[in-house]
Amino acid sequence: MALLEIQNLNRHFGGLHALNSVSFGVEQGMIKAVIGPNGAGKTTLFNLIAGNLPANSGTIYFNETKINGRKPYQIARLGLSRTYQNIKLFHGMTALENVMLGRHIRSKAGFMAGMLNLPWTWPEERLIRDKGMEYLDLLGVADCADIEISNLSFGQQRGVEFARALATEPTLLLLDEPAAGLNIYETAEIGRLITKIRESGVTILLVEHDMSLVMDISDEIVVLSFGEKIAEDLPHNIQQNEEVIRVYLGDDG
Amino acid sequence: MDLFKRYIPVFFLLAAVVTIQLVTQYTETTYYLTQLTMSAYYSVVVIGLCVLMGYGGQISLGHAGFFAIGGYLAGVLTTHNLMPFMDHGLVVFLDKIGLLVDSKSLYGEALLTVQPWGACIIAVLTAGVIALAIGGPILKLKGHYLAMATLGFGIIIFRIALASTYFGEADGISEVPGFKLFPGLEVSGNFVARVSNYYIAWGMVVVAVVLLLNLIHSRVGRALRSIHGAEEAANAMGVNTARYKLYIFVLSAVFAAIAGVFVTHYNGGIGPSEAGVMKSVRYVAIVAVGGMANIWGALIMGIVLNFLSLRGVFGSYDDAVFGVILVIIMLFAPEGILKINPWQKIKSLLALYRTQDKEESAIEN
Repeated sequence: MALLEIQNLNRHFGGLHALNSVSFGVEQGMIKAVIGPNGAGKTTLFNLIAGNLPANSGTIYFNETKINGRKPYQIARLGLSRTYQNIKLFHGMTALENVMLGRHIRSKAGFMAGMLNLPWTWPEERLIRDKGMEYLDLLGVADCADIEISNLSFGQQRGVEFARALATEPTLLLLDEPAAGLNIYETAEIGRLITKIRESGVTILLVEHDMSLVMDISDEIVVLSFGEKIAEDLPHNIQQNEEVIRVYLGDDG
Repeated sequence: MDLFKRYIPVFFLLAAVVTIQLVTQYTETTYYLTQLTMSAYYSVVVIGLCVLMGYGGQISLGHAGFFAIGGYLAGVLTTHNLMPFMDHGLVVFLDKIGLLVDSKSLYGEALLTVQPWGACIIAVLTAGVIALAIGGPILKLKGHYLAMATLGFGIIIFRIALASTYFGEADGISEVPGFKLFPGLEVSGNFVARVSNYYIAWGMVVVAVVLLLNLIHSRVGRALRSIHGAEEAANAMGVNTARYKLYIFVLSAVFAAIAGVFVTHYNGGIGPSEAGVMKSVRYVAIVAVGGMANIWGALIMGIVLNFLSLRGVFGSYDDAVFGVILVIIMLFAPEGILKINPWQKIKSLLALYRTQDKEESAIEN
């Protein structure tokens, strides 16, 4: 079984079929992209995988565990992490603190231990901090460490969000439009970064509109249109797939 | 190093506490200590609420309810005569574990009541359990809805206190005995114990501040703040947001209840006004004035405003003043008055006024 296995997934909102019997798998170690025109159901798909929305039917297996019906924090603990299209960072906290929160599931000091500041939590706290700096450094935003998040530029915020997702040490990383709002240089940078993350052993599933980025970095592409999977193939095959060209450019295209 | 930085203000606080006591002693104004003691207890409620609101991002308009649960239970348990129920299983059990004391009432009648330590533990546990029970469902609510639900809870507690003969109806409970913490150290309004009570109250504040400062800088504290910052993302990073919200709600309720117990012993009684909605609003207002996510701000404002209120500076407009303070803070200084830069504020107001002027004239033209 693939690392992430989606079988006959259905989700409708009233009469609208956001996802209609979608199935595909993401093999360990690959970069898989989900593309499709607006309203194709990409974000719904991510919300179902991450546990933010319940599926109407179908199953999602992650690491051979059935994850639909579980809460987002439970799924996160199984090793799934994500970034958001419209960056969701913790306001009122510094960049470093944001990334340190990523270490939450990898550390264990509890309520009482924290309140009493018990000495055995100190090494753990130091480790959380060091790891946090390490990931900020990896994303090239280490110099923002002590700055409150709303004072950072969009690009820096994206970096911090990536660092936070990586700090959880995920086996699968969901990236929701990682290049949204970035210029071509930053997009190229993100592309290199995603490849680098994959090389470190993390499997990646991404939704992205920037086709050149998708074609560059993905091993496989799934195309959704009006909630249906219309193609799943290697990037260069997708580029020549008539059905895909039709949904993207219209019938008369 | 960080730890050192975190505790420096605590040392200043300790120094200020001692200095104020010494100054009142030399200037023979020790009567101020009474209000300072009460302010300290109320500030424990305020800083607990501050962590819930400012760091956890959850509002509670029912904290006077938890204060009252603590205070009323401590009052009732230490004054209500259990003699008539001597043979009841529960009373026998309480007696066996040494929680009951024999004494004589003012009229020489034999009294059997719960010992203050026992009453304190029962009162605080009860408040904690109630917070746990209601927190589960109501913390699913957000914003206005949460505010209304907690307000409802506060009103229920207030009406129970006011309606129940067991809780003394409108008169409340009086003749609550002192609370002997250790031999020689008693929480009571006794004139001669004024200085020691001042230190008991401030000792509690210091302990509470240290515990909360530790908490917000810990792993759990970061999780709490992340809920405030972006709940969905916190969940996606593996934080069990529902559980953490409940924890902090219960913790702040327990702080309020402990303060309630001590104030009741200190005052020798408690009345329904302590459970009133305006009390809850007052706590919220003080947290807002202090700057929400700012324990020190909340503490300072808690002391200053409660002290002024207890000295009667606001006269019979007491509650109105706190209402006005809340409105003004929300309008002009949502980050608390300690963060205001008055000059900046005036400039931005002027700029706003000018642009409005221009827009209006532009429309007219």
